[in-house]
Amino acid sequence: MIPLSWYMALAAVLFSIGTYGFLVRRNIIVMFLSMELMLNAVNLNLVAMSHYLDSLVGHNFVFFIITVAAAEAAIGLGLVIVLFRKKKSIYVDHINELKG
Amino acid sequence: MVNQLLFLYCAVVIIGTGLMAVRFKNPVYSVLAVMVLFFHMAGLYLLLNAEFLAAIQIIVYAGAILVLYLFVLFLVSLRQEVKIERFIASHRVSTVVSVCLGACLLAIIPSFKLGAKGQYPVERIEQLTHTKAMGLELYTNFILPFEIAGLILLIAVIGGLVLARNEKEVNE
Repeated sequence: MIPLSWYMALAAVLFSIGTYGFLVRRNIIVMFLSMELMLNAVNLNLVAMSHYLDSLVGHNFVFFIITVAAAEAAIGLGLVIVLFRKKKSIYVDHINELKG
Repeated sequence: MVNQLLFLYCAVVIIGTGLMAVRFKNPVYSVLAVMVLFFHMAGLYLLLNAEFLAAIQIIVYAGAILVLYLFVLFLVSLRQEVKIERFIASHRVSTVVSVCLGACLLAIIPSFKLGAKGQYPVERIEQLTHTKAMGLELYTNFILPFEIAGLILLIAVIGGLVLARNEKEVNE
């Protein structure tokens, strides 16, 4: 039997890897990918907890999170395409029009 | 014992490919590393008796979302990507912040306590099959969120179409 804390530790590590990628990379597509890593860490936590709690609520939450992640990827990548068309660049430090 | 070894294998691969995905110079390699990560995540779901979610993970995440990422990567130019700097200027601060976040998250794990047990023990899920059990729960207790999820997908479809449309071609 695998202890629940192993799953939670793995999810914590994966979440911080996702945060690292999101904060460090310049490429906006890799930033979105890091966000998917964070969502997956949360999903793993939810499935593990609901397995150890004899419940199905976490599984249904994961189902909805996957739906929302698909919607987020579609909209976010649409925004990336618009950004590339307007600025010819997908680097976050080139997007600084709002800087005073 | 076998389960623990399987978990450790999946955990090592997940952490390794995760680190690779955020470090690779070429974003195409990043996407492929994340694909390997998603397959091993599906393996962990199988270990947790969530067969339907493992299938969904492979079909939706690895099959649809990552292919969308790859397509967008090919639409934007990749030529100069491998030559220029891949990290932002303040990446050392960001590294410290994320390492501290990971340490905090790991430190609070021992204080977690499980709450009251639900009504779906493993034997009942195995007897019903996971898909049926999840469907029962989804279409009774979660029917309104299910409808809202459909609406969100509709908004995503329309939003994606509107955003990616080329306005010059439409006007001509």
